[in-house]
Amino acid sequence: MDWTPYLAGLGIGILSWFTFLLSARPLGCSTAYARTSGMIERAIRGDSVLEKPYYRKFVPQIDWEWMLVLGIVIGAFITAIVRGEFALIWVPSTFEGAFGSSSLLRLAVALVGGVLMGLGARWAGGCTSGHGISGTLQLAIASWIAVVIFFVSGIIVAFLLYGVIAPW
Amino acid sequence: MVESADSPLQRLRQNQSLQRLLGLVMGVAFGVFLQLGGVTSYDVIIGQLLLYDFTVVKVMLSAVAVGMVGVYLLVHLGLASLAIKPGSIGTTVLGGIIFGCGFAVLGYCPGTVAGAVGSGALDALFGGVTGILIGAGIFAELYPRLDASVLQRGKIPDMTIPELVGVRPRAVIVPMIILIIAILYGIEYLGL
Repeated sequence: MDWTPYLAGLGIGILSWFTFLLSARPLGCSTAYARTSGMIERAIRGDSVLEKPYYRKFVPQIDWEWMLVLGIVIGAFITAIVRGEFALIWVPSTFEGAFGSSSLLRLAVALVGGVLMGLGARWAGGCTSGHGISGTLQLAIASWIAVVIFFVSGIIVAFLLYGVIAPW
Repeated sequence: MVESADSPLQRLRQNQSLQRLLGLVMGVAFGVFLQLGGVTSYDVIIGQLLLYDFTVVKVMLSAVAVGMVGVYLLVHLGLASLAIKPGSIGTTVLGGIIFGCGFAVLGYCPGTVAGAVGSGALDALFGGVTGILIGAGIFAELYPRLDASVLQRGKIPDMTIPELVGVRPRAVIVPMIILIIAILYGIEYLGL
């Protein structure tokens, strides 16, 4: 039996104690993307962007959660290097097995998926971390509903992609 | 045991630059655990959604069980407060369906996509991160109209399950942990 997923879960669970204790915040990732999006829009269109109602709620600036997401990149990079798992890849093997080895196709699909995910995460008010781990561990009603819907919707679309579209 | 407004803990929480540093340190730890658990991989996440690899469920449920005990203990000791997200049918359900579509098409989520970038996945960087930024920007643009129409529909009470049922938290936490252990035991028993 492989214990590493449980060790990882134990680590994330203990980490959440510290985010509540030291930072008075739950683990979450998706607002960092909304803030970054606002920063990019501000750089292109100027300060009037800050007047948008959504960016008044989530001010486009670097905060705790933004640094958390940056930290994830660094932590995963170090671990991948140490464990010899680091590899520059365009097309993951499961995707390649079903849809072929075109980097351009994978890039286009990932981009479409990313847009849906960014839109959906902000629409639902959280992601797999904010609702899926932090919300559920607090036993929040909306978060339990959210995570069930994330997975049910994800499972249906994954089966459509791999069971219907790929063979066809 | 409730701390005063001027306690060292409160001062730490209000120190913005120290909080950014803490965010980075905690993020590095989060990234280490995500990579260690294998959930920064497209193959693992798609394997979960296609129901042949239950790594994602193992990581998430064990994190929830461990996190729940500690966080509720901190709240009980007056050292932390819960941060419950509000929801509604219009936000949680509609947004959740869109999120799920993105989850399956992209094969990463907003946290694991950052970990995937760290592990060298170029589709995560150029497709995933770029797409999520565009999607979040679209939501910011649509927000005033959505807020005036669908987002407020069918409010979900912003409370916890124990508050809804009217019992003490432990009356839900203990059965919940037993249930999580039973599910994980079942997954291992079935060899998933």
